[in-house]
Amino acid sequence: MSESSSGTAASAPAAAGGANKTAADARFLRIENLVKEFDSVVAVDKVSIDIRKGEIFALLGSSGCGKSTLLRMLAGFETPTSGRILLDGRDIAQIPPYERPINMMFQSYALFPHLSVWDNVAFGLRRAGLPKDQVADQVEKMLGLVQLKQFAKRKPHQLSGGQQQRVALARSLAKRPQLLLLDEPLGALDKKLRERTQLELVGIIESVGVTCVMVTHDQEEAMTMASRIAIMSEGRILQIGAPAEIYETPNCRFVADFIGNVNLFKGKVVEDAADHVIVDTPECRHYVGHGITGTEGMEVSVAIRPEKIRITRERPGGAHDGFNCVEAEVADLAYLGSYTIYHLKLATGLLVKASIASVERLPDWQPTWGDKVFASWDEYAMVVLTQ
Amino acid sequence: MSTRPNWFGRGWLAAGYFFLYIPIVLLIVFSFNESRQDVVWRGFTLNWYRALIDDKEIIEGAILSLKIAFLTGILSVILGTFAAFVLVRYKRFLGRTAFSGMVNAPLVMPEVIVGLSLLLLLVSLQNTAAFSWLNRGMFTILIGHALLGMAYATVVVQSRLQEMDRSIEEAAMDLGCRPGQVFFLVTLPNITQALMSAFLLTFTISLDDVVISQLLSGPGSSTMPIVIFSRARLGLDPRVNAVATITIVVVTIAVIASSLYLARSERRRQKEISAAFSAEAAS
Ligand SMILES: Nc1ncnc2c1ncn2[C@@H]1O[C@H](COP(=O)(O)OP(=O)(O)OP(=O)(O)O)[C@@H](O)[C@H]1O
Ligand SMILES: [Mg+2]
Repeated sequence: MSESSSGTAASAPAAAGGANKTAADARFLRIENLVKEFDSVVAVDKVSIDIRKGEIFALLGSSGCGKSTLLRMLAGFETPTSGRILLDGRDIAQIPPYERPINMMFQSYALFPHLSVWDNVAFGLRRAGLPKDQVADQVEKMLGLVQLKQFAKRKPHQLSGGQQQRVALARSLAKRPQLLLLDEPLGALDKKLRERTQLELVGIIESVGVTCVMVTHDQEEAMTMASRIAIMSEGRILQIGAPAEIYETPNCRFVADFIGNVNLFKGKVVEDAADHVIVDTPECRHYVGHGITGTEGMEVSVAIRPEKIRITRERPGGAHDGFNCVEAEVADLAYLGSYTIYHLKLATGLLVKASIASVERLPDWQPTWGDKVFASWDEYAMVVLTQ
Repeated sequence: MSTRPNWFGRGWLAAGYFFLYIPIVLLIVFSFNESRQDVVWRGFTLNWYRALIDDKEIIEGAILSLKIAFLTGILSVILGTFAAFVLVRYKRFLGRTAFSGMVNAPLVMPEVIVGLSLLLLLVSLQNTAAFSWLNRGMFTILIGHALLGMAYATVVVQSRLQEMDRSIEEAAMDLGCRPGQVFFLVTLPNITQALMSAFLLTFTISLDDVVISQLLSGPGSSTMPIVIFSRARLGLDPRVNAVATITIVVVTIAVIASSLYLARSERRRQKEISAAFSAEAAS
């Protein structure tokens, strides 16, 4: 593991070290079976995650699901009930927060009201006992990074929300932590500023190259900023994956529903082959173009994203005639500029959402209220959810 | 619209002010009265103020009172801050309820009882070999006042600590502060206003306390209120009015100055906040 031994055969250890290094990088931060109980509530329940060196990892979940608690255990403000946290191979569970090579940006920013911007950023460096000139260099560098040099002398209350957020970022990056924690980093900003800041923030974090774990309840924010996302619910991790992976292949109904919009059809598997399955639901028969880990007769849900549904006036023909198509009535529609949302009412009473991009709008026919239409989708548009 | 309730309200207000301030006004007026005994105006004079300068008892009483009040303020703020910090930050420790009760007891207990129990303690201590040197005097008064003051200071500081954003302390720890450093580098600078109010409050409480001072004072350690009290029992003394007037003037100036200062800094703060936001909106 360690390269401290001055090996005689120089090349062999280096190669082994390299292989070890990538493996070690893949689990730079390793969270193992972490549990946190408050009196009777289990806030975090057996969470295990490996986080790669240099990635931006997002914990996404609704309010009260335990995201902040998990983050606070990483920072050291809460002691885990059980489980381990390994940073670069070292168990940090017993290390107090002031000795961890981890810095956190707080949801409320937590800037020191009695100190100027400059002193806020310098605070951690001074505690580390750095000589004056090095402190000054680093502070200038950080203020440059977040473009706040001209505000160095101001007090936090003399700054706007966006500027305060950048001071908080500069302060948490100043000590060059091995791990950066962000708790709802943009939660206190208004929507427009938030969108502008998301990419800016990613740019800064990537230019520094720090590994970052962020917490958010805003799925768009998570998908914009993070390379991987963990979906949390009631203290547990439901799915971990890249944004596209989670959106395209959610592994359970909660995730499918939580990320974006989804239409769910409940039914039974009637044919289970290696390359396809057929699911019968009260609304229609679904021909799914991939195998699933399930059995015939199993209760499942078929999930289809609104943008994967086509709306036509005639029943479409095609390879799987009779499958993947329902007759419906347009119950409602909303034109939103780049796309239009249709609410389609099926004979069974189920409401299906379809979104049609404006580039696909037909010049001669647009469905409108009360129209009888056919909604159809192809065999790869569906995900079969067994839980 | 209807004028009647308006006049009614104003009447009450006037009555209230009259009730509150007429005794003070009378006191000030009579400190300039030429007559010695009567409560009848006989002409303007500054004699009583001149007489004060030679009145050793009052001057010494005032100096002692100021000394005790100053030390009480400092002692109360220090003890009260630590008590408040422990009560707010540590939600669970052995004997928390008992501690919180003890800290608050002097607030609700009649002062006579607090003073009496201290006197009792003092007398029994004097009978032991180790504390035989402990005589009634400035030191014992100070202890009594600090006990009372600490309770008030705790309440003031406690409420400030409770409303303070806890996360700035966590941020300090996150950036490498040990718990002790957190307190001195972050917590203290952010509660200075509460410390100032606690100091002023306990200073004032000590300055006008009679009961505890009376019980714990010894020969030659009469505070100003004790002197005034004993003189007043012998009959009216215009020199007492003069002392009181000086006190009122000093206190009034201090109060006005401090509230002007607070209002000014709050206005400036609001202006800076709105400037910061409009600058962002413009960018
Ligand atoms: N100090 C505490 N004492 C008791 N219960 C707590 C404590 N902190 C958190 N909890 C509980 O743990 C659960 C998870 O809380 P947590 O703050 O981690 O949620 P969250 O996902 O961050 O939610 P939000 O998005 O609202 O911030 C909640 O049920 C909360 O009530
Ligand atoms: Mg939270």
